[in-house]
Amino acid sequence: MADQSIPIGGSLDVTPRDHERVPLLDRLHEWVVTVDHKRLGILYVLYALFFMAVAGAEALSMRIQLAVPNNHFLQPELYDQFFTMHGTTMVFLVGMPILFGIANYIVPLQIGARDMAFPRLNAFSFWLTAFGGILLYWSYIGGFGLYGMGNAPDVGWWAYAPLSTKPFSIGPTIDYWALALIVSGFGTLGTAINIIATTLSMRCKGMTLLRMPLFVWLMLVVSALTLITITPLTAAQVMLLLDRNLGAHFFDAQAGGSALLWIHFFWIFGHPEVYVLVLPVFGVASEIIPVFSRKAIFGYPAMVAASVGIAFVSLGVWAHHMFTVGMTSVSNTFFVLSTMLVGIPTGIKIFNWLATIWGGKVRFQTPMLFCVAFIFQFLIAGLTGIMLAVAPWDWQLHNSYFVIAHFHYVLVGAIVFNIFAAVYYWFPKVTGKMLSETLGKWHFWLFLIGFHLTFDTMHFVGIMGMPRSIYTYEANRGWGHLNFIISVGAFIQGIAVLIFFWNVIVSLRKGKEAGNDPWDAWTLEWATPSPPPAYNFASDPVVHSRRPLWDIKHPDDPDWKYES
Amino acid sequence: MDSHSIAAQTAEPAHLEHEHPAFLRHHFENVAQQREAATFGMWLFLLTEIMFFGGLFCAYLIFRNWYYPAFVAGSHTLHIWAGTLNTTLLIISSFTMAMAVHAAEVRHRGPLLRWMVLTIVLGCGFLCVKAYEWHDEWVNHHVPGLNFSIQEFTHTNPAYPGDKPLAPDMAEKTQIYYSLYFVMTGMHALHMIIGVSLLAILLIRARGGAFTNGHIAPVENFGLYWHFVDIVWIFLFPLLYLISRHQ
Amino acid sequence: MIREHGARAPRLILLLMTAAALVGPSAWADLPQQTPSIFAPASTPADTIFGLSVFALAVTGGIFVVVGGMLAYAIVRYRERPNDDTSEPPQIYGSVQVELAWTVIPILIVVVLFLTTARIIFAIQDAPQPKDALDVTVIGHQFWWEFRYPKLGIVTANELHVPVSTSQEPLPTFLHLLSADVDHSFWVPQLAGKTDLIPNHPNETWIEPTHTGLYYGQCAQFCGVEHAKMLLRVYVETPAQFAAWVKSQQQPAVEDPQVAAGREIFETHACANCHAIKGTGALGTFGPDLTHLASRDTIAAGAADNTPQNLFDWIKDPDSMKPGCLMPSMQLSDNNIHELVAYLETLH
Repeated sequence: MADQSIPIGGSLDVTPRDHERVPLLDRLHEWVVTVDHKRLGILYVLYALFFMAVAGAEALSMRIQLAVPNNHFLQPELYDQFFTMHGTTMVFLVGMPILFGIANYIVPLQIGARDMAFPRLNAFSFWLTAFGGILLYWSYIGGFGLYGMGNAPDVGWWAYAPLSTKPFSIGPTIDYWALALIVSGFGTLGTAINIIATTLSMRCKGMTLLRMPLFVWLMLVVSALTLITITPLTAAQVMLLLDRNLGAHFFDAQAGGSALLWIHFFWIFGHPEVYVLVLPVFGVASEIIPVFSRKAIFGYPAMVAASVGIAFVSLGVWAHHMFTVGMTSVSNTFFVLSTMLVGIPTGIKIFNWLATIWGGKVRFQTPMLFCVAFIFQFLIAGLTGIMLAVAPWDWQLHNSYFVIAHFHYVLVGAIVFNIFAAVYYWFPKVTGKMLSETLGKWHFWLFLIGFHLTFDTMHFVGIMGMPRSIYTYEANRGWGHLNFIISVGAFIQGIAVLIFFWNVIVSLRKGKEAGNDPWDAWTLEWATPSPPPAYNFASDPVVHSRRPLWDIKHPDDPDWKYES
Repeated sequence: MDSHSIAAQTAEPAHLEHEHPAFLRHHFENVAQQREAATFGMWLFLLTEIMFFGGLFCAYLIFRNWYYPAFVAGSHTLHIWAGTLNTTLLIISSFTMAMAVHAAEVRHRGPLLRWMVLTIVLGCGFLCVKAYEWHDEWVNHHVPGLNFSIQEFTHTNPAYPGDKPLAPDMAEKTQIYYSLYFVMTGMHALHMIIGVSLLAILLIRARGGAFTNGHIAPVENFGLYWHFVDIVWIFLFPLLYLISRHQ
Repeated sequence: MIREHGARAPRLILLLMTAAALVGPSAWADLPQQTPSIFAPASTPADTIFGLSVFALAVTGGIFVVVGGMLAYAIVRYRERPNDDTSEPPQIYGSVQVELAWTVIPILIVVVLFLTTARIIFAIQDAPQPKDALDVTVIGHQFWWEFRYPKLGIVTANELHVPVSTSQEPLPTFLHLLSADVDHSFWVPQLAGKTDLIPNHPNETWIEPTHTGLYYGQCAQFCGVEHAKMLLRVYVETPAQFAAWVKSQQQPAVEDPQVAAGREIFETHACANCHAIKGTGALGTFGPDLTHLASRDTIAAGAADNTPQNLFDWIKDPDSMKPGCLMPSMQLSDNNIHELVAYLETLH
């Protein structure tokens, strides 16, 4: 395409190319000791995809168990372990690594830097995260079970004390849980520090803060949020570990400790954590939607302000997870207000995406399909979020399947959809090959249908009074048919994900050559070869607007004439 | 492709020229950028540390609010002289660390080594006093979970005849005070141990002249960390040792 | 080329789905169904919440129709068509007026929704307790419910009996929520929103049932392995029925010499360590009070109907009915269990 006119690129490449036939062991060794942000990014994504398959299998087992009432597919102990591990894995070993992995790869490219600020810290962070995951799953082997089988944490990913304290959870599984999250949490902190230092001190010439791509902005905000919220959870986990192993009494209600304290600590971390996961995908959407609508993002300054606003407000809403714990009516009212306020900057974002599409020429290639579905689904997720913010209604909906539906609409409908969009969008840059559009369409439509069968239906069983975390339910409650539909949808999603994996494998081997700039996009990463060489840019880029490649492709009508 | 092209066409691949100092890493443009990034990263790390200790302080405030008499009684069993001594040691060590950073800035290797050694000695001194106190608490059955007796709190403390003996129910809650005492001083001491170890490594590198050639970022950033650990203690001291001492 | 291949996928998928729907199972559909829906309220607080939720649903539904409609219109109207030229569309970077509009309108909606919500929060949560209201203390245990009526001297389990409230004679029930071990949550969707039972943190909620009948609920905060079988029934009765129930519950346990053997087994085995039967030596409080066990419809916190056969299976091996529950199998002989069941069956 237009890449011939772009004057920068990788003339210089010090990594050995694959066709030079480096022995396999040496190549593996290179990957293990690498400090290159691009390789680490790929490692993060592969690691996360592996655990996505694991946690997905756990989810499918749970759906078989719940497909019919009074089912005996899973023992209750195993079911409890599966929903605990599914949640913990998806949040800590899939969501955060895959998003930080994509950021690791893309952020330095988008701001014209040669690497992250601290490459060795970057590698260290990845391996901490990786070993955190291994430690968590090691509990299946290392944690002895009551019933002669291996054991794993079984108290929910929220691990409410006192259920997670020693008298009610004997054996070492909760210790595995806490230690694994502390270890991988340190990894996340390292990456967050790295991303902030990189974006603030390593931008290329001309890349002012207000010219950064929105994905970089969102990652900056997310990293800040991570720094603030992870360590309070670490503090709580240290206290939990002391309670369990050395007889401290922080959460031991019998000895005067406080069960509520854990809930507060957990959600002070846990609610911003949701934004840590969702804000990066806002960034992804803000990159993809303009490119495939062929228009500049609408209201860039408002998008930046809304992102910062969401992050800021999200620090003050945690107790909306706690409307049922018996807070005073005044506290409840406060958290209703703060929670509803989040809706305003979020609404601004949806409107801006809509306005970006409006008047454009929308190309429905796979990345854009996932993004359009994302906007619809995120709209619904936001609206059910408003419903849950209505505290009295939350007294009914809390801990019901309605809540499960709501947060899966965010985590799957928004985040996973956009992660797929991001993979389809940046895969050509990372590998030099296009993903197959045919398989991509199959993947998209099957996943969309499966998603709606599963999670739309969950709203209804929630309203019909089905609580979460139950391994089975009574036959006369009228939940049977709907649960069967939910399970069918889950398997359709499973098939779609298999198609995705197949697509990745096939396209890696014989996909179409991508070239530097297959989507005719506008940010700096598309000015490098695919894949970019080590140290990315042969010479330091200089930019003059938010869309440097647009300026080059349209010298008669460049962006910098219009941006204030 | 004139003035608005993305790259300055004349620029050489920057990381091939080796005219820069040896400690400048390839991906940075210049020393100033590298130093800025490193210092900034350290401040961010300290932010996470503040949130960590902030979490513990929150727990402390809640429980102190609930069980104030137990906290007073627990606090009155600590050695105020030990806490004061440790506070003094740490404040002096902050001064010696600041002098070490200064010595690195003016590229004086001898003074840099001396100030660093002094800081290590003071840090170890702090840890020794702390170890003595913990031993004392173990002997007096003040370690919750492992070795605890409420007996001392259901009777009048001879050192504080004004304190009323606690009812058994409230005396139980002194365990919460001690849980907090041990987790807070323990996490602080862990930071001290890590700090002393890091400083020892820096000392070895400093002997080879690694930080007296203009590359002061590691010493400077370690100084930030050391001061932070000091400041945490400045909060811990009154919160744990000085409850109700004015009466 | 892309478009041709892509269009085949959705059609095929639709076909497969229709097939799947046709073979869907329907084995359990013939059971009498009673769904504890939050949209079928039968009590004052649940009814108030239902009204609020309809309002919130209308507001959010309106937003969805408008924004979703605009989005659907945009992607259809502004799609790239095959015969389009290759020029880029006009670039628009933003518009202060438009952006201001879609900031101010949501703020107004939030204000309205917030004020409505706040009013209902205070109305339900801070409702004063009338003097003649019934007091019940609810204690959550792993994995069953203990109900104490302190003013009436009744202790029972898993099945809560309350009088119906009419407009002539309002009779709310105030529930004081405690926990003996871990966090639980009291939820009967048709009667009220849920409130958690947290150790060392007493809570309170209230119901005011306006229709007689049986209402299902269950624990709504994960509390351990048998959380799913911590079921809950509320019997809303006419004042006369309720008075009769109170009277029968206040009696000591039935003494029937015919089942003395069973009673002796109960008192001399470990049963008595955990269970209480008023008027005998059994004083345990770890498990449910069994003084009037035979008056209850279910056993094992609603996991099974209260029939002699189920009772037999339950005592023989509780794990077979509720794996992971805290009641141990006492390793009694079948004969002993039969005698025990015969005794328990007399405890009306």
